[in-house]
Amino acid sequence: MTLDLALQYLVAGLTYGAIYAVVAIGFNIVYSATGIINFAQGEFVMLGGMIAVQLAPSMPLPAAIALAVAASAAVGALVEVAFIRWLRKPTVLRMVVITIGVSILLREGALVLWGEGVRSLPYFTGDEVTSVAIGGARVSPQVFWVLGTVAVIVVLLEWFYRRTLLGWEMQACAANRDAAALCGVPVRRLVTFSFALAAAIGALAGAVVSPITYTSYAAGGPLAIKGFTVAILGGLGNSGGAVAAGLALGVVESFAVSVLPAAYKDVVTLTLLLAVLVVRPSGLFASGEAARLKEF
Amino acid sequence: MTRLLSFLALVALVPGAVHAAPEPIKVGALIAVTGPAALLGAPEARTLEMRVQELNAKGGVGGRPIQLVLKDTGGSPEKAVSFARQLIEEERVFAIIGPTTSGESMAVKGIAEEGKTLLLSLAAAEAIVNPVLPHVFKVAPKDSLAVELIFQRMQRMGITRLGLLSSNTGFGKGGKEQVEKLAPQYGISIVVNEVYDKNATDLSAEVTKMKAAGVQALLNWSIEPAQSIVLKNARQMQLGVPLFQSHGFANVQYARAAGGAAEGVIFPASRIVVADQLPASNPQKPVVEAYRKAYEARYKEDVSTFGGHAWDAFGILVKAIEQVGPDRVKVRAAVEEMKGFVGTAGVFNFSPTDHNGLDIGAFELCTVRNGRFAPLGG
Repeated sequence: MTLDLALQYLVAGLTYGAIYAVVAIGFNIVYSATGIINFAQGEFVMLGGMIAVQLAPSMPLPAAIALAVAASAAVGALVEVAFIRWLRKPTVLRMVVITIGVSILLREGALVLWGEGVRSLPYFTGDEVTSVAIGGARVSPQVFWVLGTVAVIVVLLEWFYRRTLLGWEMQACAANRDAAALCGVPVRRLVTFSFALAAAIGALAGAVVSPITYTSYAAGGPLAIKGFTVAILGGLGNSGGAVAAGLALGVVESFAVSVLPAAYKDVVTLTLLLAVLVVRPSGLFASGEAARLKEF
Repeated sequence: MTRLLSFLALVALVPGAVHAAPEPIKVGALIAVTGPAALLGAPEARTLEMRVQELNAKGGVGGRPIQLVLKDTGGSPEKAVSFARQLIEEERVFAIIGPTTSGESMAVKGIAEEGKTLLLSLAAAEAIVNPVLPHVFKVAPKDSLAVELIFQRMQRMGITRLGLLSSNTGFGKGGKEQVEKLAPQYGISIVVNEVYDKNATDLSAEVTKMKAAGVQALLNWSIEPAQSIVLKNARQMQLGVPLFQSHGFANVQYARAAGGAAEGVIFPASRIVVADQLPASNPQKPVVEAYRKAYEARYKEDVSTFGGHAWDAFGILVKAIEQVGPDRVKVRAAVEEMKGFVGTAGVFNFSPTDHNGLDIGAFELCTVRNGRFAPLGG
């Protein structure tokens, strides 16, 4: 394989890996704050794309995306208030079933609102045929937008958790919810906020990637599965791990196509997941000890 | 006392029974309205609903209205099978229009034959009517004809090294088989042959593989929105070779989703998608124009080949019932012997050995110019 081709596969892999990483970060935010795996995360990504496409004809693109992100955050908060909040000490299984139910609800709602067609936002710079050279590889300029947006999200989240009061409170919630409540941390509001934040991040990713792929009412499901895989690979609750695992997975998948028939792409992903879970069940980057102390 | 009351109730019902409305003819439909084949199934469902309403407004067939029992299979062969059983055994439909996709049709055809219910499939794969089953027909042209038309053009363009992409659905597999079978006859070798998942949202890795192998043309065989994505991937990567699609591309929404990347794509389609550009002498023109005007006025979207298949299936069924009355055995025979039915997909000539009725004349090689479908010409 020549360097040019390797570069081409690499860039394709990084683009997809970045999206998986963002979905995984969404899983992690909610998991950290609440111990819940929110399987509706894929739908938030879908909503971001769909709402942005709906608004795009009537306003400048950045405004449409900002509104879509805000709307998805609102939906995320609503989901938490309507379905999650009521439950007292829910079991893991119940949470999984409820969030899967929510994802189905959101998907069917999208079908009713927008129909079965596929849609995408216009490219942020250039159009469907513009192509930029990186070394010998040629990619759409949208790829830079995707990678850039994900990088900004990761950096901002890091700053948020480390440097702001709200971020500290969320970390406290994640470490020990009851103790945090005793210290005066508004736990219930933070839980709602974590859902809204995860939805907002997912929506932004959905909007920025939709020119390259497409969104449709059913786009959330497969994304949630990949994102969940990446979250597990990186260690649940570990956002840095999620990014590394996501990028790694994207690249591995992409290069796998160069040697295996493309039909085996998902086989590679899931085999990797199984292998990691056998050898390091807490994920590639999580501390084994810390993982043993968690419930899930 | 209760005996008297029930007797009186019975008597009261009799006049009602005598004045009952004519019994409707139940026609079942198995359509993939949602799911990966939604851009095929949704127009089919809308076309059927439109035609049933039009027909019933004119009094139905032989004075009996048609009752459409439509089931959304989501493009899933498993759901198609269970709905087929429901339609045949519980609803006891007169005939079934559909399924939308080749995979579903293959799963369902045995059930329709067992239940002696006429099945008019809207899908492409040749295997649906080969070997022939007495009750199973299809109204979409065979995939092998589409492949031949594409290969004829490729031969003229001097293409010998082909990159083939197909999806893992019945349609994709059927097309892949035909491409592999017919390629040697046209001097074409398939240097890259990849299958992708029907829900795929990116094909850049596969297209990169093609670039590496130095293909002279890319042929994609699927019915999913991945058709639009592969075009974008190929153009952004500057693959630099002619791009061909199957007749699964024949809904202009796929071209729109690909925007500028769809310009110059070559694909076979039935004449309906270029209806307004047909010469007046073409026998299909009046039929195709009438359907296009009615559909676009009512649903405010462009017609596609797929809605046309539903139109044809319904038309064939109704014509047969008008000819011989609502008798299952006679209608089956009438469909089998129907000749010269002018539909949107072509002129149908059925026979006991040909339950498809269309030949290569059914397809027109088209391209995309300025975001619209146009005959390729030349």
